[in-house]
Amino acid sequence: MEQLSLFTPQSLTVTEVTRRVRMTLEADAALQDVWVKGEISNFSRPASGHLYFTLKDAGAALKCVMWKGEAARNRLALRDGMAVEVHGRVSVYEAGGQYQLYADVIRPAGEGALFAEFLRLKALLEAEGLFDVARKRPIPQQPKTIGIVTSATGAALRDMLHTIRRRLPLVEVTLAPAPVQGADAPPALVLALQKLNTLIHPEVILIARGGGSIEDLWAFNDERVVRAVAASAAPVISGVGHETDFTLTDFAADLRAPTPTAAAELATQITTVELAYNLRAYAGRLESNLQTRLADSKIALATLAARMKYFSPARRLQTDRQNVDELARRIESAFAHRLDMQRAHLSGLTQKLAALNPLAVLQRGYAVVTRAEDGKLIHSAQQATGGLTLTVRVADGAFGAVVSDQSQEG
Amino acid sequence: MPKSSSPKAVETLTFEEAYAELETLVESLEGEQKPLDDALALYERGQALIKRCAALLEQAELKVKQLAGEDVKDFDVEDE
Repeated sequence: MEQLSLFTPQSLTVTEVTRRVRMTLEADAALQDVWVKGEISNFSRPASGHLYFTLKDAGAALKCVMWKGEAARNRLALRDGMAVEVHGRVSVYEAGGQYQLYADVIRPAGEGALFAEFLRLKALLEAEGLFDVARKRPIPQQPKTIGIVTSATGAALRDMLHTIRRRLPLVEVTLAPAPVQGADAPPALVLALQKLNTLIHPEVILIARGGGSIEDLWAFNDERVVRAVAASAAPVISGVGHETDFTLTDFAADLRAPTPTAAAELATQITTVELAYNLRAYAGRLESNLQTRLADSKIALATLAARMKYFSPARRLQTDRQNVDELARRIESAFAHRLDMQRAHLSGLTQKLAALNPLAVLQRGYAVVTRAEDGKLIHSAQQATGGLTLTVRVADGAFGAVVSDQSQEG
Repeated sequence: MPKSSSPKAVETLTFEEAYAELETLVESLEGEQKPLDDALALYERGQALIKRCAALLEQAELKVKQLAGEDVKDFDVEDE
């Protein structure tokens, strides 16, 4: 039997051995950044908030721990028998003398497991009519109150407040803070929605979070959250993640916005710029209405004045004067007419008279013979006895004559 | 439109109240012919409402509150 050396190397302490084991494990890079798939068993979550479970498959078991900090970001509701993939590093819990996986991320096992779960829930809720277009309510254009459900510390809140302040600072915003990822997120989001609806009664609610991985956004695919959104008394605008992200919350919301900022814009469709513009328009209408009104009154007044003038004594006098003028004109014209008539008559008489003037006959060579002694007109030969002195009157004068002979025609 | 018995003092109106009153006032003024006195009074009220709205728009500052349990408290907004 071999003799033990007198100078045996000093024995290692338990601690030293354990440390060596730990260092050996930690030196293996493949074990320090590893995904391990298996089935959960012995799951427990004590008051400390840390998660403990064992991952196992048909051939082996691996103890796992997830610290409170990482556990808070975990979106999966873990339970025994669940097939999962756990990411972490393998090391040693020295005090317990056991090696274990220090987990930081847990996801459902299998390619597309999340997406399959998403589709399953979507189909279920769709069949229930939760996403029906008929359920969508109109969003107020100019709300006085807006409720916001999101993380109190996230960029999403900052973006939304900035947008609302810029567009419509007349609004009163109430934030119902809730974690937006991790296992605590769904019940907290549901509670925040309920509180806003029962305590604040905002006209519209924004539920939002900034961009992240599909796992980060998973709380917004949680059935409880989706149902709470659909059940909200106030219409809900969702703004989860980025343009390309679609969550079940988006489907249940009354309006889906691509981002938190867009959600805030959709909740403030009428901005102060438009309100100021409308105010100017109202001022213009008010002014032009008054001007029209005053102009109308002036016209009405002018019309009245004109009518008064028509019935005024001056106007009567004018009319009377005109009537007199008219009468005068008519009298004048009547006189003139009569004068013309008389003038014509006179001229007729003159002509007649001229025709009857015996002197006119004398000019044609006739003579008037009268007895000289008495001027008696001789118009018969019997009157012309011999020796009788006569006066013969011709056109240019008269002369005496004595009857020498007498003949009688018979 | 019946004469409003005692219209609220313009200074006490919220933006929404003043804006809504302005809206109906202008429409009623444009709708039916009123006695000139009434029209002038409405015009003056309208001008006051516009001034009130403009002032409130000018001064408007976003109010942000936060739910904490069952309570509502002011939310400190720090905007960069």
